[in-house]
Amino acid sequence: MMTGIAARRLTGGQTEFDVEADTVRRLIVELERRYPGLGDQIDQSMAIAIDGEIFQDAYLEKLSPDSEVVLIPKIGGG
Amino acid sequence: MSYLDKAGLKVVGTRPIRPDGVDKVIGRASFGADTTMPGMLWGKVKRSPHAHARIVKIDTSKAAALPGVRAVVTSADFPNIANEEAFVGEGPMNFRDLSRNCMARDKVLYDGHAVAAVAATSQAIADEALDLIEVEYQVLPHVIDVEAAMADGAPILHEDLFTQGVDPKPTKASNVAKKITFTKGDIAKGFAEAEIVIERKYTTKPVHQAYLEPHACIVAVGSDGQCTVFSSSQGQFMVRAYCAKLLNIDIANIRAIPAEIGGGFGGKTLVYLEPVALALSKISGRPVKIVMSREDVFRGTGPAAGGVIEVKIGAKKSGRIVAAELVLKYQAGAFPGSPVGPGCMCAFAMYDLDNVHITGYDVVSNRPKVAAYRAPGAPNSSFGVESCVDELARELGIDPLALREMNAARDGTKTPYGPTLVNVGYLQTVEAAKNHAHYKTPLGPNQGRGVASGFWFNIGGESSAAVHINEDGTATVVEGNPDIGGSRASMAMMAAEVLGISYDRVRAVVGDTASIGFTFLTGGSRVTFATGMAVTQAAEKVVEQLKSRAAAIWDISPEAVEWKDGKAFPAGANAGSFEPLSLADIAVKSGRTGGPISAEVSINAQGAGPGFATHICDVEVDRETGHVKILRYTAVQDVGRAIHPSYVEGQMQGGVTQGIGWALNEEYIYDKDGRLENPGFLDYRCPVASDLPMIETVMVEVPNPRHPFGARGVGEVPIVPPMAAVANAIADAVGARMRDLPMSPPKLSAVLDEQNPPRLAAE
Amino acid sequence: MSKHHVTTTINGEPTEYLCEAQQTMLDVLRDELGLTGSKEGCSSGDCGACTIILDGNIVCSCLMLGVEAEGHSIQTIEGIANGDTLHPVQQKFLEHAALQCGFCTPGLIVAAKALLDTTLNPTEEEARYWLAGNLCRCTGYDKVLRAVMDAASVMRAEAGQ
Repeated sequence: MMTGIAARRLTGGQTEFDVEADTVRRLIVELERRYPGLGDQIDQSMAIAIDGEIFQDAYLEKLSPDSEVVLIPKIGGG
Repeated sequence: MSYLDKAGLKVVGTRPIRPDGVDKVIGRASFGADTTMPGMLWGKVKRSPHAHARIVKIDTSKAAALPGVRAVVTSADFPNIANEEAFVGEGPMNFRDLSRNCMARDKVLYDGHAVAAVAATSQAIADEALDLIEVEYQVLPHVIDVEAAMADGAPILHEDLFTQGVDPKPTKASNVAKKITFTKGDIAKGFAEAEIVIERKYTTKPVHQAYLEPHACIVAVGSDGQCTVFSSSQGQFMVRAYCAKLLNIDIANIRAIPAEIGGGFGGKTLVYLEPVALALSKISGRPVKIVMSREDVFRGTGPAAGGVIEVKIGAKKSGRIVAAELVLKYQAGAFPGSPVGPGCMCAFAMYDLDNVHITGYDVVSNRPKVAAYRAPGAPNSSFGVESCVDELARELGIDPLALREMNAARDGTKTPYGPTLVNVGYLQTVEAAKNHAHYKTPLGPNQGRGVASGFWFNIGGESSAAVHINEDGTATVVEGNPDIGGSRASMAMMAAEVLGISYDRVRAVVGDTASIGFTFLTGGSRVTFATGMAVTQAAEKVVEQLKSRAAAIWDISPEAVEWKDGKAFPAGANAGSFEPLSLADIAVKSGRTGGPISAEVSINAQGAGPGFATHICDVEVDRETGHVKILRYTAVQDVGRAIHPSYVEGQMQGGVTQGIGWALNEEYIYDKDGRLENPGFLDYRCPVASDLPMIETVMVEVPNPRHPFGARGVGEVPIVPPMAAVANAIADAVGARMRDLPMSPPKLSAVLDEQNPPRLAAE
Repeated sequence: MSKHHVTTTINGEPTEYLCEAQQTMLDVLRDELGLTGSKEGCSSGDCGACTIILDGNIVCSCLMLGVEAEGHSIQTIEGIANGDTLHPVQQKFLEHAALQCGFCTPGLIVAAKALLDTTLNPTEEEARYWLAGNLCRCTGYDKVLRAVMDAASVMRAEAGQ
């Protein structure tokens, strides 16, 4: 699931996806394959929440079949 | 290993004196402007007097000819960087934009935009040289206000900026850089079920982080291209990376040394002076020192975004919120990249809502490029939402804390921005506020009480830390985060806890880019969490080494050694009956048992726990002058685990104070030509000691299991609730609902006069 | 441009320097004398980071010209401690964690010391108004006031009050 979408144009407005991937890296690669440009967007400007915890720049994090996965805008701070 | 159980801790949780403390109270600590280098030149920056103009011509010849001037630069001396999206300085930006922000190319986009710089043998000569630089401008119409910038026909800042997030791609350039949306459930259905709907518009002005120390740096470029940069920043690795990028230098050829930093709050998470100073140093062949004046800081560096917050909340008469809609329009300043994303995400994070729709716009206008400021984006949207929730509570006659309890997010709540919350302490902060003596204290005439809640994600990120055991058994911790608020003490405390020795045998120092592995900057409330994690892991590795050295000394297997209270023990009678070896005993023999005992850890820390807060504010309003006095303030926050409670309290009190200033007095004031009228502390009014009472802090601890000691970020959450807390208190005191910040005396007294027109003396 | 020769007393030491007419006392302290403890926060006398004591009164050194020091007596942050014995205000700032970034700290300590030279029994409100000329952006002043009040109490005890 992808929220805060400014990449809507790339996906034709779709914000929920069914993807087979067991790590974050594989998820990004698969989304890039389906929607060229999206993978880079996610890499650069999005964070990923897996079962409620937010991960940023974390290719190796594992995803399980029933993980709640949400892509949200990247977060910084001050 | 886990140290989540507070009961067993000996060092963490106490309040020792920080290692840099003495230097700071005697004036010896070295901040950005406090050093010199032999042969040093003084650099100064020329800034645009126009809010929006094309640069037709810059003639630097007269300046270059002035005796004593050794270098003059304009954008021609910087690489022309192509469009490169990045996450820059804790927010979305673009290196091309960062380069143009440091030195204007083709156009100036705000009053104060840098157009040229000089380096000369004295400050006086440098000032004179600036006046000799002739810039020919073609002045263009400008736009400051965010809604004016969005309107059709507004002056366009960037001909190549097309709104992202709109389908199909627009053909006309716009000042709206981006539109984002978040949706949960079905708000049409939700509002249809509502028994009461409150719809309001709130507005805020840009405010500056107003760190006391202006930006300062001293740099030196050698003829072999090796660069040294000594500067005040929130991250020396960030300084190194951005200078490398902006000037096309190999990263390994820059050594960035962190000065002590006199405040940042997000405003020093990017560069302004360093690339300019490096360019001047390269040309002149001498070190260059540049220090910003306070006026330059206000005119030329990024404030926090101001903007428009439109809130619509639908609820049942019971107080249960059934639908919420939010539109945010945030000013990004001259280049795209306002924190509208986090603003959208934080706004309803404390509520369990089924139906939400949030829209955010990132809008450019002719003001300085915004920079991060403590929980960027969240204070603005929470001002709107928390004020609106208060208006709802008053309409329904329900206690505002009870209303929040009824709708509170908790573990298992799915947030409006997607993820489900886990291990959070929001409800605990509401309960603690409700049960606090402050909440029950009676109020007098013209006095009122307001409450508000807040949220910030907190981040982790890349950190490196090293723990070295010295020959006498003391330890040195080297880490890479400039110390804004006492973090060196916390690092030493965590290391001491793991090693089992006393705090005064551990020294923490901040290393430069050549002395410690890559570390992401100080910001995002990440240092105690991420760097603390790295320090803990490094100390644990050292403990493993200490155990194996003890085993070598005793000639037994390492598995048969235990580490406890700073000593190695044989693990049980079978291991042998040896006297325990202290860390010092093992350290002195380290050479003979294998070499120096040391560990460095580099991680990308994940699992930063979010923070929630609930604040209570009492005010007294002077009906004649509109002056608001803060009578009492209590800040309740879930801090995870307070490593050094005094510094956690300090973060809460500091954030509250900045929020109060944002609420009552701080704002950028522009004249009709788009020039900043108040670039100084006299008319940019920050809170002073006589404006405030003591600020009470209540630390709720719901440990974050992802951190070895349970720590959560704490620095940013406290700035999120104050604006609404103060606004709600004013409404309670005098029945005046202020929806435009700041709620300064002229504005409040105008509202009060309308309520109760003053009688003329003649009547 | 010829420089002016100034003779003055700084932190109890007779001091001489050369300075240009337009250099402020703050410029002289920092750039000519290497006393960088006093800080430049605004150059317009609004933030107090440059606070020094001139003949017993606190002034913003950015609002004073270097030449004006002639014949006067100046105390800066560097002169507050007695050798390596901290002044009670300095000690209490450390104990109460009354500093975060530390930039405003020299100015605050000099101002607080001057307050306690005037009275050992300030009320919290008096202390807040005395220190209103010293901006701090990090602490919210809470722990600063606690430190100053605690230092006053220690000094009263030492004075047998």
